[in-house]
Amino acid sequence: MVNPNLKAPDGPPSDVEGIKDRSNYLRGTLAEVMQDRISAGIPDDDNRLMKHHGSYLQDDRDLRNERQKQKLEPAYQFMLRLRLPGGVATPEQWLVVDDLAEKYGNGTLKLTTRQTFQMHGILKWNMKKTIQAIHSTMLDTIAACGDVNRNVMCISNPDQSEIHSEVYELAKMLSDDLLPRTRAYHEIWLDEEKVAGSPDVDEEIEPMYGPLYLPRKFKIGIAVPPSNDIDVFSQDLGFIAIVEDGKLTGFNVAIGGGMGFSHGDKATYPQLSKVIGFVTPDMIYDVAEKVITIQRDYGNRSVRKNARFKYTVDRLGLENVIEELQNRLGWKLEEARGFKFDSNGDRYGWVKGIRGKWHFTMFIEGGRVADYEDYKLKTALREIAKVHKGDFRLTANQNLIIGSVADEDKAEIESLIEKYGLTDGSRYSALRRGSMACVALPTCGLAMAEAERYLPGLIDKIDEIADEAGLRNEEITIRMTGCPNGCARHALGEIGFIGKAVGKYNMYLGAAFDGSRLSKMYRENIGEEEILNELRVILPRYARERQDGEHFGDFVIRAGIIEATTDGTNFHD
Amino acid sequence: MLQLQVMNSPFNQEQTELLNRLLPTLTETQSLWLSGYLAAVQSSSLQAAPAVEERPAPAAVPSIPKEVTILFGSQTGNAQNLAKKAGKTLEEKGFQVTVSSMSDFKPNNLKKVKNLLIVVSTHGEGDPPDNALTFHEFIHGKRAPKLEDFRFSVLALGDSSYEFFCQTGKDFDKRLEELGGTRIAPRIDCDLDFDEPAAEWVEAVLSGLSEGESSSQSPSAASVSAAAPAESVYSRSNPFRAEVLENINLNGRGSNKETRHLEISLEGSGLTYQPGDSLGVYPENDPELVDLLLTEMNWDPEETVRVKDETVSLKEALTAHFEITVLTKLLVEKAAKFSGNDELHQLVSNSTQLKAYIDGRDLIDLVRDFKPWNSTAQEFISILRKMPARLYSISSSFEANPDEVHLTIGAVRYDAHGRERKGVCSILCAERLQPGDTLPVFIQHNENFKLPENPDTPIIMVGPGTGIAPFRSFMQEREESGAEGKSWLFFGDQHFVTDFLYQTEWHKWLKDGVLSKMDVAFSRDGDEKVYVQHRMQENSRELFQWLEEGAAVYICGDEKNMAHDVHNTLIDIIEKEGGMSREQAAEYLADMQKNKRYQRDVY
Repeated sequence: MVNPNLKAPDGPPSDVEGIKDRSNYLRGTLAEVMQDRISAGIPDDDNRLMKHHGSYLQDDRDLRNERQKQKLEPAYQFMLRLRLPGGVATPEQWLVVDDLAEKYGNGTLKLTTRQTFQMHGILKWNMKKTIQAIHSTMLDTIAACGDVNRNVMCISNPDQSEIHSEVYELAKMLSDDLLPRTRAYHEIWLDEEKVAGSPDVDEEIEPMYGPLYLPRKFKIGIAVPPSNDIDVFSQDLGFIAIVEDGKLTGFNVAIGGGMGFSHGDKATYPQLSKVIGFVTPDMIYDVAEKVITIQRDYGNRSVRKNARFKYTVDRLGLENVIEELQNRLGWKLEEARGFKFDSNGDRYGWVKGIRGKWHFTMFIEGGRVADYEDYKLKTALREIAKVHKGDFRLTANQNLIIGSVADEDKAEIESLIEKYGLTDGSRYSALRRGSMACVALPTCGLAMAEAERYLPGLIDKIDEIADEAGLRNEEITIRMTGCPNGCARHALGEIGFIGKAVGKYNMYLGAAFDGSRLSKMYRENIGEEEILNELRVILPRYARERQDGEHFGDFVIRAGIIEATTDGTNFHD
Repeated sequence: MLQLQVMNSPFNQEQTELLNRLLPTLTETQSLWLSGYLAAVQSSSLQAAPAVEERPAPAAVPSIPKEVTILFGSQTGNAQNLAKKAGKTLEEKGFQVTVSSMSDFKPNNLKKVKNLLIVVSTHGEGDPPDNALTFHEFIHGKRAPKLEDFRFSVLALGDSSYEFFCQTGKDFDKRLEELGGTRIAPRIDCDLDFDEPAAEWVEAVLSGLSEGESSSQSPSAASVSAAAPAESVYSRSNPFRAEVLENINLNGRGSNKETRHLEISLEGSGLTYQPGDSLGVYPENDPELVDLLLTEMNWDPEETVRVKDETVSLKEALTAHFEITVLTKLLVEKAAKFSGNDELHQLVSNSTQLKAYIDGRDLIDLVRDFKPWNSTAQEFISILRKMPARLYSISSSFEANPDEVHLTIGAVRYDAHGRERKGVCSILCAERLQPGDTLPVFIQHNENFKLPENPDTPIIMVGPGTGIAPFRSFMQEREESGAEGKSWLFFGDQHFVTDFLYQTEWHKWLKDGVLSKMDVAFSRDGDEKVYVQHRMQENSRELFQWLEEGAAVYICGDEKNMAHDVHNTLIDIIEKEGGMSREQAAEYLADMQKNKRYQRDVY
């Protein structure tokens, strides 16, 4: 069944491939180095493996130079990311995570763009306790990072709750069934005894992944039109629900998306996935598994920055990949069905779902759940979790839904929302409500510039310009990341900022409001004043010249301000 | 008084006549003064002039040199230095002197001693220093011999701000009398500023030793060692103004603590030191406190006052010359004479109340609480204690950092009696001292805290908090000399993230193998408080094995809790792993101490 058109790239395996190879299925020396008390850090090799356990070592970069002078090692700490398929958590789980952030983390929670919790600032000796507490509430952190399938996303828009629950179950199934099978996580963190007579053949230990796992991370998301809140085209593998007569009949399959690239390296680029056909709901696991094995077999294991599945698809050719997929499946995909997205954002406030339950979507700036001087957000959500009988849903836009509130419970939740002044977003401009930022400084090791800490202040200033132009209620997505890796899906923001250096950003325009078109670089390496000067021209012009219902991302192209990116391969042109 | 003759004295005819005319006319005080004067002149001119050779040959009469034994009990090295100095002076006077640490002295030999001088300091709650413990216990126990034809004198060191001031010296003084000894000279209790009273004691002892002795036993020529190493001209009484090169806080943000790392230049001073030695620093008082005092007393800062032989401004005197941050009973009693305040007179008459009052209060409190004062500034400052030097264990190796000395100083801040109180020297370093500034410093050698002579001997170092200081010096030294011996460090503090002093340096030494093993305990990181002794317990088997291999154990840091707990933990470990009784284990450790394999620098 070897396809002569398919071949993995030549070249020696990257260092990470060697580390995985030597790791004995993601164990390495983690158990040992986590015990060492002399450093809060762990060696690089183990940190690579650590990612597969949902965590990696960071340090507080604000303190790096200062501590070096003080003869102290960097302020090492672990980021811990949970696996939370579809972003759904029970109130009990919320309370556990909230408590852990307080006890072992930096006192805040980050709601990520992949619908899960991230905790920062956990010290090495608290990691095991934290993971065990997470385990005790029926959650885990397995494969939340690393060269494996990541947290599976799915729509959190509660309008179609009937579909939502069905889709959510599928997302959860994919997430669970695509997990690595190694017992390393259970042994290292949960004190599981090594079982005598456990399999020692690769095919038995990791039937799908094999001993080297994937060449790079792999992301799956499920969208339900017309909402593209999960940015389905940014995923390695996307499923677009097709609802006919109010029933879920199946999914269009899209492959080969991904956001990350490197500044100045045109061999790297963000890419949107392509729809390749339609499958019925019962087949999506097989499709996912086969797509993953194609990437496993043909992905680039020599150059990590060309290792994502999008490059594999572009290198092999979409048609060849489809053919290989169908060969591996043993059947052909049906022709893709029609669908239409209208937005990749969230809708705020109370809505009533079809089973009579209420859902409250609230805006959480930067996804950061914290107690601020005048806004006790974290406390408020804890108080709500204590009485809430429904669930919490973390959205792909770093927001939160207090979901499934019964009629009789709504008043109580509402009173807490009021008591703590929680916002459905209406007190903010549309621009701010449509904003996203990655963590960046001080904890992210990749960040070249600020994002989460800086974007709110920048939006204050952009708001003034928008207000003056009469655009306060005009929804424009604005996304900022500290580096080109794209945790906030920057290339899909109508206004995008990608960090170049402290205080300097590349500015991008022209992405589609519904997530169907990438942006393009408009200005390179500019600071705040230049950013504002550009917007002082473009935003009023948009206000004056836009056509009825025309989104900002479409306008800048029509107006000739920026050329459209028609494919990732021409993102840099 | 004895009639001098040419035959029985080193004088010629003319001198003999002059002396014989003068000596009988002297009062006791005058002769005491004269003997001291001559002794001082003698000792200061000895090095310059080859006085020894110019002396006439000793008389033909056979002379039996007087034997004097000087025992010291010393923690920081002050008592030891004074004992050695006294020994040198006595030798110059022709006495045959043995100077020894109490721990090196065999108690059974006490019966053979005729003249015993004791120089001993006091620590904590009136406790003897480590190397005096065994002898102190012996002499107070049942095995202590009856002392007949036995003369002694005690020089006691202490700090009058502590309740049990000079207690150990008092203990020895009292006990030796009980055992039958007579005093060569009365005990002298020295406060922090001990140089002058110590010199007086030596003079009194000299004079006492000479009394009632037969003239036939004239002192022999002194045997001054010609091979004495060249010493720096700078000393405790003549400190070197050293430039500060670096001054950083070792504790990361968010710490409850502040520990200053100072790098100080010794360039041009000729001062050198060994790992384990201390640096003496003369600090200046906080200018805010000085201003407060001047304001409270309505004094003119520019008024000139006499301080010893100098004339300085009052402000300068209060800043640099006198201690204003500690009250002693004696000081309050003296001050009461200047106060018209009845409450103060009442306080002074009630010892319990006085003790309670001085605890945690300073001079500002005193002058505020008991107005009005009727003394001149000059009168008032004359009752103050001289600014004492602070001793810090040196945290660098001279070999590794020629002409530099590093210190590790914990900043002391606390609230008492409604005011924030600050450590004089530590806060000077934390808040005011900048690179480029100078500090008056001197080296305080400490023979009781030294690396093993054999570089292959394993060492175990226990140094939580600023107790880490000498071990940084040890590691620098061993790295520099390429010593092969194993080393094991126990360190602890409050929080790993902020309080791991010199963390990156330990990492490097561990990586390079200079340090073989390190265990740390951070007391406030977990639910339960963990200290260094717990880490020692966890490693008890291996630790005992190191002891059996001949490892030397060093403890530095807090005396009250840490050193005590660590000491008991060592006995626990020896008892458990060595299969010994408690007594045997204690004996094992005591033996180690005798063999200098268990050394402590605690404060």
